[in-house]
Amino acid sequence: MSAALEPIVGRYLALEVEGRRYRVYFEEAGPEKGGGIPLLCLHTAGSDGRQYRGVLNDAEITKRFRVIAFDMPWHGKSSPPEGFERDEYRLTRDFYTSFVVAMSQALSLDRPVVMGCSIGGRVVLNLAATHADRFRALIGLQASAHVAPYYDTEWLHHADVHGGEVCAGIVSGLVGPDAPSAHRWETLWHYMQGGPGVFKGDLHFYKVDGDLRSRIASIDAKKCPLYLLTGEYDYSCTPAETQEVASLVPDAKCVIMPGLGHFPMSEDPERFLGHLRAVLAEVAGL
Amino acid sequence: MQELARFVNADAALVRRGRHFTGRFLVEARPRAWLVHVLRGRIEKVEEGPFVMPSWRFAIRADEASWRRFWQKRPAPGDHDLLALVRRGLMTFEGDLQPLMANLLYVKGVLEAPRAAAGAR
Repeated sequence: MSAALEPIVGRYLALEVEGRRYRVYFEEAGPEKGGGIPLLCLHTAGSDGRQYRGVLNDAEITKRFRVIAFDMPWHGKSSPPEGFERDEYRLTRDFYTSFVVAMSQALSLDRPVVMGCSIGGRVVLNLAATHADRFRALIGLQASAHVAPYYDTEWLHHADVHGGEVCAGIVSGLVGPDAPSAHRWETLWHYMQGGPGVFKGDLHFYKVDGDLRSRIASIDAKKCPLYLLTGEYDYSCTPAETQEVASLVPDAKCVIMPGLGHFPMSEDPERFLGHLRAVLAEVAGL
Repeated sequence: MQELARFVNADAALVRRGRHFTGRFLVEARPRAWLVHVLRGRIEKVEEGPFVMPSWRFAIRADEASWRRFWQKRPAPGDHDLLALVRRGLMTFEGDLQPLMANLLYVKGVLEAPRAAAGAR
């Protein structure tokens, strides 16, 4: 047999946000002597922080950055709050924004970099519009201002359809064509493990409540640098939709990543890290 | 499409994924159409139209050009997935969508199987 401990450490945080208590799971890896520029990572809808395993395990990044990936409540190992069984879970723009700011404060992060993908990329744009002074830089992966619904999300939480199977089926084509099989299926596995109605509830933010089209023009990338990285094969947030955001934010930097899909950090970590290391080297020099 | 049964039935993992599905679905590549007969994940036969009174659980419809692009060995972005075509307004899902949604990974696997032929050519 062979065995190797990864440098990633996981912990739980008790956090109260807007009057409700959450038990939040997060993982981190950083410089051996501590410190490092905090880099807070936000997962996609219906998944969890394991999507960032490649970033957390990258020695070149973690020698300068303290990488932190947390599971949003209802996701991964973060529990839903007491009383969840009485409500329909629906992620909202304001709650998501408050939660990211609260995590940053609770962990005493000094002007962190925030990197989010998909819904995480969307909320990064909202952070850029409303909280730019709190962050060193913002990185939106697969970030667009708005996506109109294009399929009936009721099927994602339905008594006659297995939720895990259908969520993986819905997103399978969002993985790029070159993704190594192990990473493709690990990415889909995270979707297969989502709780009932959670992916659907996240899409409420993605497709309904998180329409940021009227806010994009107010983003000032001089105040807080904004990087936009989007995979070529993403049809949920297309390169054209990211480029549209970039065209409205004069100093935003936009990179279209060939061959990658909607989950770059998870579906093909090595290829994604080739793009990310260049961005983070620039951020470290700011 | 005539070779679909051979491709799918040779893939034991795909057949197993579809083991809870038995029934017929329609694949339309306008102006052509096929009825795919499935028995517990195995393709029993693929029948080509035109049909007088076809009976099916669900239909997946697009024009022939869209399917040709979809069946390339490495389709272009936006041509590479059923839901990508749906988002672009080039494909529709019709009928009783419960068996489609309950077996979505399987149906996607079945309809992507002809790409193996594109790769072999």
